[in-house]
Amino acid sequence: MKTLILSLLCSLTAAAAGDGFLLRGAVIHPVSGPEIPNGMLLVQDGRIAEVGAKVPVPKGVRIIEAKGLHVYPGLIDSGTQIGLAEISSVRETVDAVEIGDFNPQLRAIVAVHPASEHIPVTRANGITAAVTAPAGGVISGQAALIHLDGWTWEEMQVRSPVSMMLQFPVIETRGGRFAAQRARRPFSEAKRDYESRLQQLREFFEQARRYQKAKLAGGPDFATDAKMEAMLPVLEGKLPLVAHAVRERAIREAVAFAESQKVRLVLAEARDAWKVADLLKQKNIPVILGPTLELPLEEDDPYDKAYTLPAELHKAGVKFAFASFSTSFARNLPYQAAMAVAFGLPHAEALKALTLYPAEIWGVADLLGSIEKGKLADLILTDGDPLETRTQLKQLFIRGREVELDNKHLRLYEKYRQRP
Amino acid sequence: MMRFGLALAAAAALAAPPIVIRNANVLTVTKGRFQGSILVRDGKIVEAGPKVLVPDDARVIDASGQYVMPGIIDPHSHIASESTNEGSISVSSMVSMEDVLDPEDIAIYRALAGGVTTVAVLHGSANAVGGQSTVIKLRWGRDARGLLFEGAPPILKFAMGENPKRRGSTPSQIPGVSGTPRYPASRMGVEDVMRQAFLEAAAYRDAWRRYEARRQRGEAALPPRRDLKLEPLVEVLEGRRLAHVHCYRADEILAVLRLAQEFHFKIAALIHVLEGYKVAREIAQAGAGATTFTDWWAYKVEAYDAIPYNAALMLRKGVLVSLNSDSAELMRHLNQEAAKAVKYGGLSEDEALALITINAAKQLGVDGRVGSIEPGKDADLVIFDKHPLSNYAKVLRVMIDGEFYFDRDRDMSRRAELEARKKALLERAREREKKQAPSRRRPS
Repeated sequence: MKTLILSLLCSLTAAAAGDGFLLRGAVIHPVSGPEIPNGMLLVQDGRIAEVGAKVPVPKGVRIIEAKGLHVYPGLIDSGTQIGLAEISSVRETVDAVEIGDFNPQLRAIVAVHPASEHIPVTRANGITAAVTAPAGGVISGQAALIHLDGWTWEEMQVRSPVSMMLQFPVIETRGGRFAAQRARRPFSEAKRDYESRLQQLREFFEQARRYQKAKLAGGPDFATDAKMEAMLPVLEGKLPLVAHAVRERAIREAVAFAESQKVRLVLAEARDAWKVADLLKQKNIPVILGPTLELPLEEDDPYDKAYTLPAELHKAGVKFAFASFSTSFARNLPYQAAMAVAFGLPHAEALKALTLYPAEIWGVADLLGSIEKGKLADLILTDGDPLETRTQLKQLFIRGREVELDNKHLRLYEKYRQRP
Repeated sequence: MMRFGLALAAAAALAAPPIVIRNANVLTVTKGRFQGSILVRDGKIVEAGPKVLVPDDARVIDASGQYVMPGIIDPHSHIASESTNEGSISVSSMVSMEDVLDPEDIAIYRALAGGVTTVAVLHGSANAVGGQSTVIKLRWGRDARGLLFEGAPPILKFAMGENPKRRGSTPSQIPGVSGTPRYPASRMGVEDVMRQAFLEAAAYRDAWRRYEARRQRGEAALPPRRDLKLEPLVEVLEGRRLAHVHCYRADEILAVLRLAQEFHFKIAALIHVLEGYKVAREIAQAGAGATTFTDWWAYKVEAYDAIPYNAALMLRKGVLVSLNSDSAELMRHLNQEAAKAVKYGGLSEDEALALITINAAKQLGVDGRVGSIEPGKDADLVIFDKHPLSNYAKVLRVMIDGEFYFDRDRDMSRRAELEARKKALLERAREREKKQAPSRRRPS
């Protein structure tokens, strides 16, 4: 009896998860190849089973008629704190920053709050996956690539860790939100601080290397160290080091540092990347860009500097993906890309930088990023170009499962619209 | 040098030939959309329609395939000002943003390049009764006086909720600010501070009235001592100064609406008003305006129930709604913000554009001058290459009072020259430093 119930339950969940469908009539934008007008897309067991102008249709499969609509792969936000931060000004709701400068052992994934209101709000605009990353200190911890759907963080997890976060040391003479905090501190003091952090960073990597050797050598005195252990995949080149480096100096130093340490580097929020585009191209270093809707870094920069940066990197042949570097504004990610298009980035490239390129950069191109046979069925169904604000999202699928577009904002809207 | 050049241009504009923008898709906001021309003379829109006679001496600008809309108006900004908050006291109505205008703030030019022509420069929200706001036009290159929107009604800023009560907590949450907590520390206290201020103002007004009455009767009387803090509040009570109130939550919105009714004045604009959608009926009934963000939320507790449908929902319930930026960045693409009101809540194209033009103009009391493309209004126009509600639209030109203050082609063509001049200046500075280095060394 017990086994019967159990097997019944199993088959029920399997049916719910594996229940495939055929989507037809829509314009399919695979991103990895030319668009398919009036295409067919078969989803089975959460994956894309077939895609093309005409595909074999299994008997009895659920059919979704999508005439006049467009299908795109789900969008990926390559830098957020989704699940780690709820209300940014309320400390109790923020789990993105720890005490201490070197915390490679911290795992963002275990602090992802699956019931965060930001998750349904963000995905309602077509974002199906996001990198959620710790910040603070020098080595902040391990970022996770998560699906914006799931009952638990385990179910949400696409890949964790997906990267090691590094806030590359800079000479900072001012900082902070309030005027009183922004008071300049002497350059000499800021420089000392920067040099000391840089030195600590080098030593930390040295220490990790010695640990790596000691571990290989084995021996009775070897004891596992969580911080050192966390560094091993970085040293082995298996886990990319994501260096947050905004200005030219930090970017150049991060590149040199990664090279000297022989680790895989990805740059984040590298707003001066245009100044070192040739170097990045030559070293094949990808950049996580954003936000595009941003003021120029310098007072005498052209007014549209932040808008043209993606186009400039594209011309230079540097690979990049877009990120919101936000939580409450993550839903506007497609518009960050759109502004780049207005200022010279080819539309197809903008779309790739929201889908295929992040999947490649994060090493999950076998799972995400395009509509291709075998990939996870993370799909959005829209009535037009997803980069245009006025476009409406009609349906959204994550791992082939239709996910509700309902969210806190829509609920409040419906509730108060009814108020007499 | 640049300012001198523009001053010359301004002088020349008085006798400048009329301008005709033709073959444009014209979005008038108040009178629909047409394909045709706009005739501008002496800084004003003279004619706008499918067929406009081009005067012989007119300078003709061809805008084929392009879109012209009224200059964008941002009713809440802190650009072009050297300071924002006089937060040491809870009633700071004596201070004015007009005194701290910074005409050289690069944010002016950047906002222009986003199609903004008129801006309200507001005092901050650190106290229940803030300072006097100032309305300016983004006449980049002019001095502070040249920025002022002549004839715009004066404004006083008020603030409710978390910001004005922040200084009431111990220890102070503002780094660098220590000492005794400042009343108020709660929403109750914020309302109390406002009421006390208006009671004082009413008493002050009555004292002056009694004095005037006695004087008119020929009786000997001493005038009341002038009070610069209370004068702006009296102007609010008498409807001579607009009240703009920073607020978030439905309870405080209602509280300030009732307070205004108690003292018989109207609120021109509730600012932010993120939970306005919860009390839209009350706002509409009180005849108050509302200027909001489209989709800012969750940055503090009072913004946790903010929804992007706020603008559309309030508008549908009869409230005069506009959008504002409160940000030098966001103000550069308010047209895209307007598009969000189409997405969230289904506003029409004209309704959405009205949020960033005519509705904002009404809340600032300048709708007789700006906010739509109509004959007789100021020639404050923006030319986009695509429809302004598209995310792909770029601003090509911006005109204020019939003069172009932004021209993308010109901006682009000057970049190389500016870059060269910057390099030369840097080089010269370096040379000078090298020469002077020894003598400049200070004793340690």
